Amino acid sequence: MDKKGRRYEVVFSGSGGQGIILGAVVLAEACGIHDGKYVCQTQSYGPESRGGFSRADVVISDRPIDYPMATEPDLLLAMNQTSCDRYHPELKADGLLVVDASLVSQIPAGRTVAIPFTEIAREQFGTEMVANMVSLGAVVQLTRLVSPSKLRAALTARAPQHTADLNRAALNAGIRAAKKIDVACLENLGAPEEEDV
Amino acid sequence: MSARKGQKRVLLQGNEAIVEGALAAGCRFFAGYPITPASEIAELLSMRLPLAGGTFIQMEDEIASIGAVIGASLAGVKSMTATSGPGFSLMQENLGFACMAEVPCVIVNVMRGGPSTGLPTNPSQGDVMQARWGTHGDHPVIVLSVSTVQDCFEITILAFNLSEKYRVPVIILSDAVVAHTREVFTFPHAREIQIVDRALPSMPPEWYIPYEDSPSGVPPMAPFGEGYRYHVTGLVHDVRGFPTQRPEEIKALINRLFRKITQGFHEIQKVQRFMLDDADVSVIAYGSVSRAARQAVKEARREGVRAGLLQLITLFPFPRSSVESVLKQCRGVVVPEMNVGQISREVKRVNRWECKVEKYNRVDGRLITPKQIRQLIFKLGT
Amino acid sequence: MSQGVTKLIHKYLRHDKKFPHVWCPGCGNGIVLGALIRAIDRIGLEKDEIVLASGIGCSGRMPVYVDFNTLHTTHGRALTFATGIKLAKPSLTVIAIMGDGDATAIGGNHFIHAARRNLNLTAIIINNQIYGMTGGQSSPTTPYGSYATTAPYGLIEHAFSIAELAVTAGAPFVARGTVYHVETLEDLVKKAILKRGFAVVEVISNCHVQYGRRNNMGDPVTMMKWMRDHAIRVEKASSMSIDDMEGKFTIGVLADVEKPIYTEEYQKIREGAIKGRPTGGPGHG
Repeated sequence: MDKKGRRYEVVFSGSGGQGIILGAVVLAEACGIHDGKYVCQTQSYGPESRGGFSRADVVISDRPIDYPMATEPDLLLAMNQTSCDRYHPELKADGLLVVDASLVSQIPAGRTVAIPFTEIAREQFGTEMVANMVSLGAVVQLTRLVSPSKLRAALTARAPQHTADLNRAALNAGIRAAKKIDVACLENLGAPEEEDV
Repeated sequence: MSARKGQKRVLLQGNEAIVEGALAAGCRFFAGYPITPASEIAELLSMRLPLAGGTFIQMEDEIASIGAVIGASLAGVKSMTATSGPGFSLMQENLGFACMAEVPCVIVNVMRGGPSTGLPTNPSQGDVMQARWGTHGDHPVIVLSVSTVQDCFEITILAFNLSEKYRVPVIILSDAVVAHTREVFTFPHAREIQIVDRALPSMPPEWYIPYEDSPSGVPPMAPFGEGYRYHVTGLVHDVRGFPTQRPEEIKALINRLFRKITQGFHEIQKVQRFMLDDADVSVIAYGSVSRAARQAVKEARREGVRAGLLQLITLFPFPRSSVESVLKQCRGVVVPEMNVGQISREVKRVNRWECKVEKYNRVDGRLITPKQIRQLIFKLGT
Repeated sequence: MSQGVTKLIHKYLRHDKKFPHVWCPGCGNGIVLGALIRAIDRIGLEKDEIVLASGIGCSGRMPVYVDFNTLHTTHGRALTFATGIKLAKPSLTVIAIMGDGDATAIGGNHFIHAARRNLNLTAIIINNQIYGMTGGQSSPTTPYGSYATTAPYGLIEHAFSIAELAVTAGAPFVARGTVYHVETLEDLVKKAILKRGFAVVEVISNCHVQYGRRNNMGDPVTMMKWMRDHAIRVEKASSMSIDDMEGKFTIGVLADVEKPIYTEEYQKIREGAIKGRPTGGPGHG
């Protein structure tokens, strides 16, 4: 939440088929249904079901939300290079960029966290399909937007029954991976001030 | 959030909330044809209607869809279809039939960018004038707009209620943003929902005159198969429903079709006033754009500008008196729209005062932002 | 006979309301209407149970004259409205009456899909091979080489055979009659109404005013004689060679098979959905 505790904007981005929208929906459900916050979850995507671009926004607030989309995201999750390049300019000056280090090699300067979500998914669970849940776990651990237990409850309600255990494990793997990172340290890096350039 | 005990809270998309609203309103028939960004409405109803004892059918095109909807309504069942611009164009023919034969039905148009196939997955408000004037000939019609998930539920119920009460097709204009935005929705208790059903004839069949005038101008409607055998046609007809070419009968019918709506203005023309009491600059907006406008007004107020918002729920019949009171009061009005200027024409048409009306238009498939509206408020406010 | 006719007129026609009718003297539409009413009377259906829906054209005016639940829809759309009525109230007997242009040009898509979908509807298509009401323009069943107001040099398109089209589209009952073979027509209409499933009756009719006059058959008698001389009973046609059938058409029942009916299948879906069975539908249960 920002200083006034009013509005926090998250953008999930990647390509179609990476489960970008599901990640956003689970976060919205955790914050909205299980934590009693106001949420707006929107998305934009190309005509393709697989490939192409995919973006999902989650706006979270203690008050009713007027504009439903992110305008200056507090957090951008980029699950591939294209979406990182495409959406990074929109990120708030002190916003947090989280990238999938497996697929994003050119990482912009600023407050950035790079975790190999796809690699973790492949190595620990044998499928890249759950990289979205690994990244969601990490995002929530880094931001404390909602408690892990509420996030797990939302996931159980939304994900298909037969994948519940796998998705929950992937979520936990993301939380563990993010625990190694101290976000407070990133604060010091900040974006370069104008006079520094 | 004001969730009370025992009330179900769920995360719903706008399209899903339209389905919930339709079912709560008593809709038991849906006929449609797949089209982005409206398809979720059909998909969800194909699952839900059989559970409610209703019927879902996927037709061969949108012409057939609205034909089946009108047929089901004539048999006494509340009916609906949902589409987007290209399908809405195909529905215009039978939309006119529903106006002429006075058959209640609800048509949801989840607007996309146009013309033609346009921008299937991007929002637009380009069908406002088509909703009003798309079918040929002078005809009355009711057009409502939705901006939030809550709206999608409530306005859909309102659409059915107005359609049933006035025997007129009601069009709900949504857009890709509203359709796919997920928000927390709290189901109201059934007793909190007001439902209106069409008036049935209270007289025996031999006394029933299906299109007879009355003070309300809305004749009672007998469903097919209940003993009231009468004729329904898209031709201009006399009070018994039979085709006529007599000038006095033609005039009486057309005048009544308009009068029944005019008499209902007080309950048909819905708006939402926000921070308008002392406003000297206002925004007039509808649909998803009104969400940007509301945020812009709040921000402008924080900067010391006395800004307000008139959100139009009913687009047609155009809520003239509400708009006029804003025009009279303010020195400037902004009309932001995701089209090249459709409602702004109406606002300008009724502006008889010194008020400066500025339109702001976006046709790039993106939602207008609060910042863009705020800038215009500042411009008119200084 | 005349007493019987009077009785039927009084029972079924809106004789005191909307007559005289709009059809030309000698028009085949009246013969079709007569056959329809006699068939309904023989079946013994209540007037309240019947919906007669039409599209646009001369045939479209038929519902005005009969004392049923009647519906005069837009051009080509009668079957779409009929579909909605039948789904909303399956107990009603829903009959759609259409013309050749109505059913197979502007309404062609609805026609083949109704045949495929198989609701328990009856579709009667009066085929007079021309757009009569609008003044004699060529229709999808106007024969190759004929003259019409929009084919002043002779038509270069090829005609649909409506009944065969219906069979191919999957209609479980298809018949063809003519306004010359009146008793057969009445029998075919009766069979079609009684058929459980989508039933089509194509009726070859005469428009001597708009079609006949331009094609050397300027009076109803000449056109009726043409029907008499060119109609071959289905049973007889099966033993005739292709050469012998050249220029002729069959009358009688062309198809009569059993298929699951939409409304009954849908009722199973309702019951299954309520019981919580996965909505796999028939064949996946």
